[in-house]
This record gives sequence, C-alpha cells and structure tokens, in this order.
Amino acid sequence: MESALDLEFVSLTKRYGDAVAVDAISYHFTAGTYACLLGPSGCGKSSTLRMVAGHESVSSGSVLLGGRDISHRPPAKRGTAMMFQNYALFPHLSVADNVAFSLKMKGIDATTRRQRAGERLELVDMTSFADRIPAQLSGGQQQRVALARALITEPQVLLLDEPLSALDPFLRIRMRAELKRLQRELGITFIHVTHGQDEALALADEIVVMNAAKIEQAGKTRDVFDAPETAFVARFLGSHNVIALPEGKVAIRSDALTLKAPDAARLQGRITNIEYQGTHVALTALIVGDQEVTALLSDTDFFGAPKDLGEAVGLDWDNQAAHALSA
Amino acid sequence: MTDQTLPIPASEPARRKPASRHVIGWLQAAPLALVLAVFLVAPIVMIVVVSFWGATEFSIYPAFQFDNYAFLFGSDVTYRVFANTFKYALITWIFTLLIGFTVAYFLAFHVRSLTWQIALFLLCTIPFWTSNIIRMISWIPFLGREGLANSTLLSWGVIDAPLEWLLFSDFSVILAFVHLYTLFMVVPIFNTMMRIDKSLIEAAADAGATGWQTLWHVIIPLTKPGIMIGTIFVVTLVMGDFITVRFMSGSQSANVGRMIQNDVGLLQYPSAAATAVILLITVLLVIGILLRFVDIRKEL
Repeated sequence: MESALDLEFVSLTKRYGDAVAVDAISYHFTAGTYACLLGPSGCGKSSTLRMVAGHESVSSGSVLLGGRDISHRPPAKRGTAMMFQNYALFPHLSVADNVAFSLKMKGIDATTRRQRAGERLELVDMTSFADRIPAQLSGGQQQRVALARALITEPQVLLLDEPLSALDPFLRIRMRAELKRLQRELGITFIHVTHGQDEALALADEIVVMNAAKIEQAGKTRDVFDAPETAFVARFLGSHNVIALPEGKVAIRSDALTLKAPDAARLQGRITNIEYQGTHVALTALIVGDQEVTALLSDTDFFGAPKDLGEAVGLDWDNQAAHALSA
Repeated sequence: MTDQTLPIPASEPARRKPASRHVIGWLQAAPLALVLAVFLVAPIVMIVVVSFWGATEFSIYPAFQFDNYAFLFGSDVTYRVFANTFKYALITWIFTLLIGFTVAYFLAFHVRSLTWQIALFLLCTIPFWTSNIIRMISWIPFLGREGLANSTLLSWGVIDAPLEWLLFSDFSVILAFVHLYTLFMVVPIFNTMMRIDKSLIEAAADAGATGWQTLWHVIIPLTKPGIMIGTIFVVTLVMGDFITVRFMSGSQSANVGRMIQNDVGLLQYPSAAATAVILLITVLLVIGILLRFVDIRKEL
C-alpha cells in the first residue's frame, strides 16, 4: 500500500573518499512502521540514518518521503526529527527551553512555546522537571526530554540513533516499552538504529539487517527471524544454529532442535557445555566438522532425561525448521 | 617552634595518627604558602604600607598619612588617566573578543581534522616566539609618517598626504594591544569551544536553527566561560600595561601604568604605591563584576 507518508530509499549511497559506507541500498517503509536498522558497528546503519536526517550528505541515490525527494533539503525541512545517541540536549537551557527550542527558532511567542512544550513534556511524563537543566536529570529522564524535543517539530518520521545504548539494562527494557507505546500513540514512522538484536526484535514491526554497507535481509520482523536467508543474518539475530550439511548450509533455530538417541537422529554430537538458564537449558554439542550446535531445551524436557558433559547425543529437527542459506 | 606536635613513638599508633596528619598537612601546604607569602603577599603589603608614607622632593620617610591618596583623588589628571585606561581596556577588549572569537570558531568548528587544528593553533603562537617589545616596535617602521602603510596608500592614490594618526596615537596603542593580546582571547575560547559536543550543532540544525541562530543561542552561551577567562586576561594585561602605551603613543598618552612609572622615575615611591593600590582595587572590582556574570569554575 503506497501512502502519502511512506519513506523510501532509492539506491541510497554514501561514500567517504574511496570508502563506501552505504552501498546503493533501496527499501520502502510503510508509513507508521516501527523499523529497526540492525547491524554490527561500521555496517553503515548510522550513516544511513544520518543521511535521512540530513546531517550527512547523500553521495548518490535519494531518500523519498511521501514521494518527494528530501535528500537535499536542510534537516528541519524534511519532516524528520532526530534523537541523538547522547541525546544532545542543550546543557545551558532548561528542560522546557530545550523542548521549545525549535519553536523559538521559528519566532513563536513565549506563551505558546511554553504551552506546547508542556504538552510534549506531558506526553513523555516529564512535566514536573520542566525547569531543571539537563545536568540535573538521569539518563532515562534526559532521553525523555530528547524525545519530547524531537517530537515537538511534529515529524512524520522519527529517527533514533542507538537510543537505548547509554542506559543500564533495566532502564533499557523500560524505555523500550515506552518507545513502542509512543510510536503506537503517535502513529508516525520510527526508524531506530541499533546493534542489539533483542532490542530490534522487541520493538520493530520491520527489521532491516545491514552488513558491510548493504542490506543483508529486510522485511517483517517475524519473517526475517523465522527465515534468515544468510548465515550472517542467522548468526546476528541469534538463537539460530548455522550448520553446514552435505546438502548445503542451513539455519535452524536452537529451540527447534530435539534430542534423540544418536543412531535415530540426523546429527550426532558430543555434549561440550550445559547451561542452565532458568526456564530453559542451553545444551552445546560438538558435531561433525568441529561445528558447535546449541539446542535450547525447556527445563522439563532436559531434566526429564538429564544428560552429562561428554555424552553422545543425537540432534534432530523438523524439515520445515531448516532454512537453506544463500550465503 | 616546639617539638610537641612532632611524631610520637610508634608504640602509640592511635594517638599518633591525628597529630602526624596535621604535621604532614602543614608540611605539604608549606612550600606553596611560602612562595605565595614571599612573592605575592609580602610585596602587596609592602606597597600598601609605602602608599601611606610621606615624600619630599629628595627623600621618602615612613609615616601613616593619607596625603598620597588625597592628592591622587584631588587631582583631575587621575580621573582622566583612569578614564583613558578604561577606554584602552574596553576598545581592546571589543577587538580582541571579535577577532579571538572568530579565530577560535574557525579552528574549532570549521577545521575538521585534529592535526590541522593543532597545526593552525601553533601557527597562532608563532608571534610569541619573540619579545613583546620587539613585536611592538616592529609596527613603527610600518605605521610611521614615511612608513610602509603611508607610502603604499600614497602610491595607490588613496590619500594625498601621509596619515598622521597611524603612529603615536590612540590608534597605534590599541593596534599594538590587539596584536599583543588577541591570543589570550583565542586560547580560552578555543578551549571551551572544543568541549562543545558537535551533535548539539546538529540538534540545533534539526530544530531549524539558522547558522546565526545556532551561533547566538547555542555556541555563544556555551562559550561564555572561555570568553570570560579571555576577558580577564586581556583586561588585566591592558590595565596594568605601561610599556606599550609609552612606545606606541610616543609618550603622548597616558594610562595608569605610565603614571606609576613616572612617579617611580621621579623616585616618588609613596605616590606610585598609592596609585598602584588604587589600580589594584579597580582591577579587582572589574574582575569581581565580570565573575558575577559567568561561572567560570567548571572551566578550571
């Protein structure tokens, strides 16, 4: 469905001298999608985001928003807003002034500014902190302020550059829920850059896995997770085993592996590690060709028939659980 | 001095600790305290004391009288000279600030690589490899009646007669001041600017700020501590200077430093001391007022 506010990359490319940071990527984001650009550091995901924001020039190709080419517009005239990794709050301004900064730049009067900043602060539950300065806030609070500041420009696309990386794990999970709630309420497109697969899986409707300046695989989060096309994607998303079989490489989810008697199973191996994880037990076995395979068993399954280190086991799976990999 | 506070035998560790800690603390503070006492406090106390002494044409004598101050405050010249000193300080401040800010801004925000930043920064310090006086005097052949500036302007036909105000004027004094002291503005401002997170500038652009708006609403407020430190350097240097004014004005204008130097030349030490005390108080007041505007503590 083509909507007026879809975001689209058309052979978007970023070159720094001879180095190609983003290599002609194309993708279409439906308006209102929560999308994650996922990849290891240096894969080009941040450069992509910064090109969308207008903080990095586009070397070739273009960024379209609602069918219009925004690649060469100034950042504030694109309909995008960016939330920076370190939040980039103005240290000399109060929370309210930070949020109202763009309104001030437009020359909107102080009362209106104050009122509209107040509305945004309410949205992120920071009303009572309006008069503080950023240094007096915790990381999570600063992030809310940064969100409010980005949202006050009423963007059609919100760009988030590793928004959760500066928070401690507990807060990260809370802010994750918060981001998802905001996106649902606002109904705008969120493009979220991260290198954490758990974050991407938890938040994204769609994920774009990037590697070495290219899109490795993209699509609905479940589709990508359930059917990784390359070994890189399978490994990066985690919870997958990449196994080289005679017929080629396949990806099999670790929870799709079952234990059987060695002679009744397709793969034979020797247990090298058993890790108790509470609800699950992760069992690592060494199979043919020195490959490590991890099977995730529910605790009842494992403790129903406990195994020991060094024991020989057979590993098997349903045929539809194995996905042939192209690379 | 008694030995009572000195270390007590180790058999009494509990009692020994506080006493020895005090001794060590005092000993650690002593070298700096001594240096400050001898080279800072003592001279100032001396000047204050002498400022109350009396003087005749050929002698000075210890006394406690307010004659020097009475004469100083009773004289028209004092006010004019102080006003002139403030004028030099103010105009020099304006120019060093404008130039210093621009240079620092260029270095901090337009020069992208750190190597170039350091290289260009060192370039700025090259003039400091020679003495102040030499840098000052080198203006004279340039600005003089038959100097390079005048002859060039004459040959271009811009002027018909040599400009008299180029040398030995307030113009040349301020020119020399600006030349000598701009770096004192560049360094602290550059230092503060380098600490500004570059993503703040992107955030401002994201919020639709123009270049000037970013400058005014983000960069200048965040550079204030550096500006203030530079201001203190420049103002104190200019207000305490006497040699630049003497050379560049051809002894035709005066500031407080010149007044003190004159008194010293005439061996009128008590009068010179009184002027120095008033100058010191004035400068401290100026700095006190400046510090009320900006908190520089986080820069130190």
